[in-house]
Amino acid sequence: MSATENQSAETVLSIRDLSIALPKGADRALAVEDVSYDVKRGEIMCVVGESGSGKSMAANAVMGLLPKGVRATQGEILFEGWNLLAMTEKQHRALRGLKIGMIFQEPMTALNPLMRVGAQIAEVFEAHGQFTSKERQAHALELLIEVGIPQPEKAIRAYPFELSGGQRQRVMIAMALALEPILLIADEPTTALDVTTQAQILELIRDLQQRRGMSVMFITHDFGVVAEIANRVCVMRHGKIVELGDARPVLENPQDSYTQALIAAIPSNAVPPHRETSQVAPLLEIKQLNKVFRSRGGLFKPAREVRALDDISLTLARGETLGIVGESGSGKSTLGRCVVRLEHPDSGELLLDGVNLSQLKGDALRRERRRVQMIFQDPYASLNPRTKVGMAIAQGPIANGTPKADALKQAGELLDMVGLGASAVERFPHEFSGGQRQRIGIARALALNPELIVADEAVSALDVSIQAQVLELLEELKQRLSLSLLFITHDLRVAARICDRIVVMQHGRIVEQGSAEQIFLAPKEAYTQDLLKAIPGREGPMAATA
Amino acid sequence: MSFFARFAQNRGALVGLIILLVIIAMAILAPLLFPESPWRMVQRPFLPPLSQDGFPLGTDTMGRNVASGLMHGAWVSLLIGLVSTSVALLIGVPLGAIAGYYGGLIDDVLMRFTEFFQTIPNFALAIVLVAIMQPSITSIVLAIAIVSWPPVARLVRAEFMSLRNREYVEAARLVGQSNTTIIIRQILPNTLSPIIVLASLMVATAILLESALSFLGLGDPNVMSWGYMIGAARTVIRQAWWLSFFPGVAILLTVLALNLVGEGLDDALNPKLSRER
Repeated sequence: MSATENQSAETVLSIRDLSIALPKGADRALAVEDVSYDVKRGEIMCVVGESGSGKSMAANAVMGLLPKGVRATQGEILFEGWNLLAMTEKQHRALRGLKIGMIFQEPMTALNPLMRVGAQIAEVFEAHGQFTSKERQAHALELLIEVGIPQPEKAIRAYPFELSGGQRQRVMIAMALALEPILLIADEPTTALDVTTQAQILELIRDLQQRRGMSVMFITHDFGVVAEIANRVCVMRHGKIVELGDARPVLENPQDSYTQALIAAIPSNAVPPHRETSQVAPLLEIKQLNKVFRSRGGLFKPAREVRALDDISLTLARGETLGIVGESGSGKSTLGRCVVRLEHPDSGELLLDGVNLSQLKGDALRRERRRVQMIFQDPYASLNPRTKVGMAIAQGPIANGTPKADALKQAGELLDMVGLGASAVERFPHEFSGGQRQRIGIARALALNPELIVADEAVSALDVSIQAQVLELLEELKQRLSLSLLFITHDLRVAARICDRIVVMQHGRIVEQGSAEQIFLAPKEAYTQDLLKAIPGREGPMAATA
Repeated sequence: MSFFARFAQNRGALVGLIILLVIIAMAILAPLLFPESPWRMVQRPFLPPLSQDGFPLGTDTMGRNVASGLMHGAWVSLLIGLVSTSVALLIGVPLGAIAGYYGGLIDDVLMRFTEFFQTIPNFALAIVLVAIMQPSITSIVLAIAIVSWPPVARLVRAEFMSLRNREYVEAARLVGQSNTTIIIRQILPNTLSPIIVLASLMVATAILLESALSFLGLGDPNVMSWGYMIGAARTVIRQAWWLSFFPGVAILLTVLALNLVGEGLDDALNPKLSRER
C-alpha cells in the first residue's frame, strides 16, 4: 500500500485493522479482512469495488448498522477519539445524524412515502431534540434551498412520490446534512439515477463538501464517478484492500493488476471505431410507431396520459447492432417491448422482413414470436426460481414443437456456447451469479434461432468486469450466428462499445440518430451533447487511460 | 440434498410428521384393536379413565368405550379434513389463477362470484347445506369445501397478479408458450408456498368445522367423530371431564401437527430457502 498522505490534514475517521465476520454458511468467512484506511478533514475518500467486495461493510460498521449475524471481530474504528466499535447502541444513536450523516442508494425507498418532505427533514432535528417545531420547518426550508431543489417552498410540502429521483436524492442529502455532520457517508448515492442527474448530484456533493469543509466517504462501483469526485481512492476486492492512494496516481497509473483490469474493463470513452454500415435491405422497419399509456382517472384525480412513443420511425439492417440510448422515461424500453410485442402499439407498423408484427394476434403472433427474442435487464427476476436452467432454455423449442429430449440436448449445447458448460442444465438459477444468469438469459434467447435480439439494459445490472465479458460474448455470438441486435441502454459508454448505429431518445421521441462515430464525435443536438458531457470521468484523468 | 433431508432440517416439521403418523396409525389400527362398533354400550356409564382394564380412557354417558371412539374417530376426522381441503383447492386454485392471470372482465366476474360466497357466514352456510343435503360424510365434506374455497381463490389470484408481470413470465410468453402452459408451468409452482401453508390450515379448520357440525347434531349418524364425542359430552363436562378432554386434545394435536408439516413442506419445496438455511 502506498502511503501518499502528503497533507498533514487532521484525520476524521480512522479504520484500523478492521475485520468483519460473516455468519456461517456465507460464501466467505470474513466480509472485510484487515482493512485500514483514514478519511481526512475536507477530503472525499472513494471506496471502490465490485459487488461482494465488502466495500459497504466498513461504512455500515461506522454507522453501527451491520446486518444481523454480522459483527466486527478485530480492529477499531476511531472517530473523534472514540472507538465506534466499542460504543453502545445508545451512544451510537446520538452520533448518527449529528456527527455522521448517511445517504443511501435508493432514494425511492429511503424516504417515508406517507410523510411530507419537510416533516421528514424536521424529524432529524426532533430525533436529536433540537429547535422548536417552527424553527425546524425554517431550517428544513434552508436546507432544501441549499441542496438546490427547484421551488423549495413547494417541495417542503410535497410527498416523496411527487418528486423525481434526483430531487429525492437531494432531499436525502438535505436530511443527512441537517445537523452539519463532520463526516458524510454516501453509499452508491447516484447508482439509481440517470447520467445527467448523476452529474448534478455529484456536483452538489462536491460543492457542499467544499463549502462546509466536510469529509465524505463515498462508496461506489463506478470508476468514472471516482474520477469525477475523489481526492483519494481505496480499491477493494474480496474484502481486502488492493490499492490505496491519491486519486490521480491510482487512476492514471494503477499498480495492482486488479485495479488495472477494472479500469480497463470500463467501457472506453474513446471514440468508437468506424464500422461499415451495411447497405442490405433492412430486417426491421419501424414506421410511425405510437404508444400512449393512460391511467384511469378516479373520483379525485384526473386521468393521466403519457406518450411513451411518439411517431418513432427507424430501420435496422441484417447483422447490424442498433443502440437505443436514453434516460429513464425516454420510452426506450417501451420501444423494445413493442418490438417483441410484450406491449401492443397504438398505431404504426413493425415490419420484420415485410411481416407486420404489430397487427398479429393470438396463434399467428405466437408463431412469429420465435424470430424476435429478448434478453432482459434483471438477471435475478428473468429466470423462474423453480425451473431448472436447462428446462428454462428448452421451454421455447418445446412450445414450438421440438421433442423434449432434443430440446434439452440443444439447451446443453447452448449453455456450452455461452461458456457455462452443459452440466448447468440440471441446476437451479439461484446457484449462479448475476453474470452467469445473464449468460443463461442469452442462451434462452438464442434457443429459438431468432433473427433479431432485443437486449433491454442487458448489462446494466452487472459489475464492470462482468459487463465487459457479457458484451464480448454478445458481439461474438452476433458475428457467429449473423444476428441483428437492438441494444437498449442508458449508458452511452456501453453503447459506444457495441453499437454500429445509435438512436438517442428523449420523452418518447427520437432526438438524433446516426453512426456511433457520428454521435460521439459530432453530436448535433443539444440533448445528445448534454448526455455526452454527463458521462462521469470523461474529462478526468481517466480519459487519458482509455 | 434430498427432499426429505431438507424437510427434516425443520425440527418442528419432523415432530409434526411423527404426530400425524401416529394419528394415521390410530385410524388404521382402530378396527384391529377395537373390532366392536364404537357405538356399542359395553360397560356402565361414567367410568373414569384407568379405573378398569380394557377401558384406559373410561366410558361415556351411555357406557361406550372412549378409547375406541377416539381411534375410530381419527379416521373420520382426517378423511373429512383432507378430502374437503382437496375439493376446496380444486375449486379455488383454478378460479383464482384464471382471475389473477387474465384480469379485466374475467377477474371482475369471478371475484364477484367469490364475494357472493364470502358474504355469507361460513358456518351458517355449512349448516344450511348439510341440513338440505341430509347429514352424511359426503354432504359434510361438500359443505365444508363449498364454504372454504373463497380464501384460496383470493390468495391465488393475488399471487398471480403479482407474478404475471415478472420477467420470467414475459420471457415464457416471448418464446411462444401458451397461456395454459404459462399458468401451470411458470406461475403456479411459484405460488405453492402460500397455498401449502393455507391448505394445512384449512385441513385443521375443516376438522374443527366437522366437530362443530357434529356438536350441533349434524354429523353423520353412522360414524363416530371427535366432534360428535365432544358435543355429546358437553352437558356433563363438570361430572366427566375426560369425555371432552381426550377428543379435544386429539383435535388440538392433529391441527398442530398439520401446521408444522405444512411449514416444513413449504421450506423443503422452496429451492432457494433450503440453501440458505
